[in-house]
Amino acid sequence: MADPMKIRAAMVGDKVEVKVLMSHEMETGQRKDSKGAAIPAWFIQNVTATHNGKTVLSAEWGPAVAKNPFLSFRFAGGKPGDKVVITWIDNKGDKRTDEATIT
Amino acid sequence: MNSGRRNVLKGTGGAAVMGLAAAAGLFKPGSAWAQSWNKAAFETKSMNDTIKAMGGSTAAESKDIVITSPDIAENGAVVPFSIASKIPKTESIALLVEKNPNTLAANFNIPDGTEAGITTRVKMGQTSNVIALVKADGKFYYTGKEVKVTLGGCGG
Repeated sequence: MADPMKIRAAMVGDKVEVKVLMSHEMETGQRKDSKGAAIPAWFIQNVTATHNGKTVLSAEWGPAVAKNPFLSFRFAGGKPGDKVVITWIDNKGDKRTDEATIT
Repeated sequence: MNSGRRNVLKGTGGAAVMGLAAAAGLFKPGSAWAQSWNKAAFETKSMNDTIKAMGGSTAAESKDIVITSPDIAENGAVVPFSIASKIPKTESIALLVEKNPNTLAANFNIPDGTEAGITTRVKMGQTSNVIALVKADGKFYYTGKEVKVTLGGCGG
């Protein structure tokens, strides 16, 4: 199981600003190890953020997203105390879900 | 099986083959999987092919898309980008790095109520034109900027 995400969700004006830091290798599949063998690609493919069951952002990622991916976005309709839930799934089928409370 | 398919992709016609495969419905962009991943789009080598793999045909240049990023990235492994679209009914924002092995880096779907702006970090193999591709009301728009990379991010 991968390490937990760091999620911040805070009101900025009337919108909720979400900042997420995920812990993932994001291996491109382009690199070779010391013996010259290709290191297989290993990266997050899908990211979904929900608020009260409604999707507020979904993303498809390729291996070009940087290691330990960072993502920030804003959505309307949230209030302090609500929860924001974020899930990612990588190309090996591993997944991780974490949540944060809006402040 | 994999090695054979790679060889096809390596050929100059690779992108065209992928385009045909997408057109023939072998890959179904946006099909109703719980978690869909547009494989065809992530294997494209140019913006035009990416647009086709996303179900469009052409994109119009737009001044209503703003890319905020460093002009020179010292470390290509981590290049921060913010993309904001002022185009009404923005549905998705994609980030493309032209000279990466595959052009498409990430695609974000923006539901109603979410600001048409995202910030993330991507890898860049070398100095390249970076394109923000926005789909709004079924049409594609783009803007681009060059980002110089002094140290590549693809393990080179």
